[in-house]
Amino acid sequence: MRIGVVTFPGSLDDRDALRAVRLAGAEPVALWHGSHSLEGVDALVLPGGFSYGDYLRCGAIASLSPIMSEVIAAAKGGMPVLGICNGFQMLTESRLLPGGLIRNDHGTFIRRDQQLRVENASTAWTNAFETGDEITIPLKNGEGSFVASSEELARLEGEGRVVFRYLGVNPNGSLNDIAGVTNERGNVVGLMPHPEHATEPGFGPDTTAAMRSGVDGLRFFASVIEATIAA
Amino acid sequence: MPKAELLDPQGKAVAAALERTGHGTFGVRVGKRFEITSDGPADAATLAAVEAIARDVLSNGVIEDVVGVHVVEEAR
Repeated sequence: MRIGVVTFPGSLDDRDALRAVRLAGAEPVALWHGSHSLEGVDALVLPGGFSYGDYLRCGAIASLSPIMSEVIAAAKGGMPVLGICNGFQMLTESRLLPGGLIRNDHGTFIRRDQQLRVENASTAWTNAFETGDEITIPLKNGEGSFVASSEELARLEGEGRVVFRYLGVNPNGSLNDIAGVTNERGNVVGLMPHPEHATEPGFGPDTTAAMRSGVDGLRFFASVIEATIAA
Repeated sequence: MPKAELLDPQGKAVAAALERTGHGTFGVRVGKRFEITSDGPADAATLAAVEAIARDVLSNGVIEDVVGVHVVEEAR
């Protein structure tokens, strides 16, 4: 099981994503935005960060990178693709996922350990969860407010394509408290919070058991490993 | 421009600053302007190409609207 993580100019969390893949038991493969090769990986992660300094729109220029033509083709062919934060923005910019991400409603960058509810546990990246599970992973962004037209929003809700919803507090003004969505096939998932930062005891969010012991992010990667073995 | 029905936090922050500094109460929305230059003539084909760029690359139709593409002859 090989999971690729694409590094773009300005990616910040690519190393953490590669590390999370390894901690979950898969082989991490570093991929480069300027290449046209996915190097035979079984799944892909588009990591967080500030690709191209958020110029034009967050994720817009990265979504036009050479490797994205292969990423888009692979996603349309059914390969599991996870977009985290800036990666989520790239997935909406490349229209692999619906909606868009705009500046947080309060106008400021936010960083917090964010509680989420898993709304769809049948995607390639969430099958190790149960629907209704409540998890905590870090959130950190300035432009994470999920928006879509009212028709699109109704379709997403109706088709069960909202994968994660913010619990407790809506940190950025996202419509319907949406933190993450999936495509029709369930192989492409994007979310603003960061599962890769909650994969190793000692470095995750605080839990009631111990400080920084949260590893809820591991199940994202366990899910895709399971989905790939089952395929 | 950000779509009219979406919240524009940048515009809101600017409007709040205007009010705070005694400039009055205004509604403000913040958009973008791109100046695209070409050595060739600003003919229909060039304009059509620029309109396509504005629609497909410079803006994201999910969250933004293109409000106009205008030809401005460069002062020599």
